[in-house]
This record gives sequence, structure tokens and C-alpha cells, in this order.
Amino acid sequence: MIGALQFLLFILLALAGMQVVRTREPLAQSIAVSFYGLVLSLLFFLHQAPDVALSQIAVGAVALPLMILLALAKIRRARQEREAEQNR
Amino acid sequence: MRLRLVLFAAGALGLGAAYFAAARGLPPVGGYSGAYGEVLNAVSVGERHATDVVSAVNFDYRGLDTLGEEFILFASVLGVATILRKQQGDEEDRDEPAWQARQAPDSDAVRVLGVWLVPLTVSFGLYMISHGAVSPGGGFQGGVVLATAPLVIYLCATAKTFLRIAPPWLTKAAEAIGAGGYVVIGCLGVLAGKQFLENVLPLGTPGAAWSSGTILFLNLTVGIAVAAGFVELLAIFIEEVLRRET
Repeated sequence: MIGALQFLLFILLALAGMQVVRTREPLAQSIAVSFYGLVLSLLFFLHQAPDVALSQIAVGAVALPLMILLALAKIRRARQEREAEQNR
Repeated sequence: MRLRLVLFAAGALGLGAAYFAAARGLPPVGGYSGAYGEVLNAVSVGERHATDVVSAVNFDYRGLDTLGEEFILFASVLGVATILRKQQGDEEDRDEPAWQARQAPDSDAVRVLGVWLVPLTVSFGLYMISHGAVSPGGGFQGGVVLATAPLVIYLCATAKTFLRIAPPWLTKAAEAIGAGGYVVIGCLGVLAGKQFLENVLPLGTPGAAWSSGTILFLNLTVGIAVAAGFVELLAIFIEEVLRRET
């Protein structure tokens, strides 16, 4: 049956997932999605899937938030450039 | 407003009831009714000398699928590089002298943390890639871990240091070698008169790092390709975006 720790993690995962959706600021959302990925990987680990847990940490908690952050930086730069052009 | 709440409550109650009715019919946690999992658990250590059955499936029994996955990553990196390269050409002539290199952080604490983190991530990544057949992990996971080392260096130093440690020619060559190496190892089977990606190398002792034949080398090529692909992506973004920020 489901252990107490697994049950706790399920609750935490549901809360984290809800928080990802509720967060409106993309910058904060990337951190929230990173936390969500970390909780998910712990859950995978507790269900005896260490391989999947490692992939989840690598992709869900590191690579995905990183790509979001870099894309946000690129968007911000493009916006700044456009504004600078308009002011010229 | 009130009507919306009533509608939501009715919908939520209905969904909840249906959900719990469905969840009651699920098999217990850990329940498994297929045949392949049991078969692979029973035969893979004996047949392939790989103590990590997941790796044996990914890199041997279903090695062709992993080849496809590797080329998905290859194609994505290629796509990002192509899209962002075009924009660079558009803007290059105009504001070239306007941007300057990002300064290294002043904090000693950040640099000390980096000095600790870099050897840790490098050795852990290499361990994970090379022990994919023995313990959880493998080329994909280890490659991503390995790719975070240059990122830490970038965070602790400047973009110039990042580009010196991972110059574009090196990452491009490593990614090509990693992706192509998988196919070359697959062709070993054909050369030996057997099937593509068949495990034709000596299998070694189960549990030893040097074991399970081609699985070890396929992990190495995937690790190189994934690490290089991620560093390539980082380098593209860092070159295009972050270095121009003052």
C-alpha cells in the first residue's frame, strides 16, 4: 500500500502543480515548475524508479527551467531593443 | 457570480465522484500485469550482463528507439541554432559596439561554491555515464549533469571563460561524434554478420564497470552527444543574449 511519505509527496505534488498554474509571472513560474519537477522526481524515486527519477531531475528540475529563463532573457532583450529604437 | 459557483460545485462534485469511482478500480501500487517486464527482469542480467535492466532495455533490446531519441535532441539543437543564427545576422552591423561582456560576480562565496561544484558535477556526470549499465542513470542523465559544469563556470566567471572551456568548435564536434558514434557502434553488429545494434562486444562480469558490451559504449556516445548538445544550446543563448546585457 501507499506509505505515509508517498501520500505526503502526492499532496505536495498537487499543491506544487496548482501553484505553477496560479503563478502568473513567468520568471517566478520557472522556479515553481523547477520545484514541481523536484517533488515529482522524489515521488518517482519512492516508487522504485531511480532511472526515471534521475531523468526527471535532469530535465524537469534543471533543463526546462533553464531554457525558460534563457528564453525570457532573450525576450526581454528584444523588448528593450525595440523600446530603444522607438525612443531614438 | 453565484451561478458560476453553483455550476463549479456541481461539476467538481461530479468529477470527484467519477474520479474516486475510477480510482477504486485501479490495481494496487506496484501492481503489474504485463509479460515483458517479468521476462526482461528474469533474462537481462544473464543475457546482457547489465545489472540495470532499464539500461539494457534502452540501449540493447530497444536500442533503435534510443537512436531516434538521440537524433530528436540533435535536431532540436540544430533548430535552435538555425533560428537564432538568422537573427544575429540581422542585427550584427547596428549595435555591435553597444554591448559589453557581463562582469564576473564580485562575491567570493559564489566563486568558492563554483570551485566546489564544478569537480563534483564533472565527476558525478562521468560516473553516471560510465556506470549506466550497472546502476541507475546513463548517458542521458549523466550528459545533462555534465553539461551543468560549464553553466556553473559561466555563473561564477564570465561568458569568456565559458567559451574558453567549451569553445563552439569543440561542442559541435563532440555532438557530431556522439550522435554518429551511436550509429557506428550499431554497425559493429552488421560487420560481425549480425543485426544492426546487436550486442557483439565481450560482455564482461555483471556488476563491473567494464561490462555489458555495447551498452557501455552506447552510453558513452549518448553522454557525449547530450552534454555537447546542452552546452551548445547554452552557448547559443549566452552568446546571443546574455553577453550583450550590461
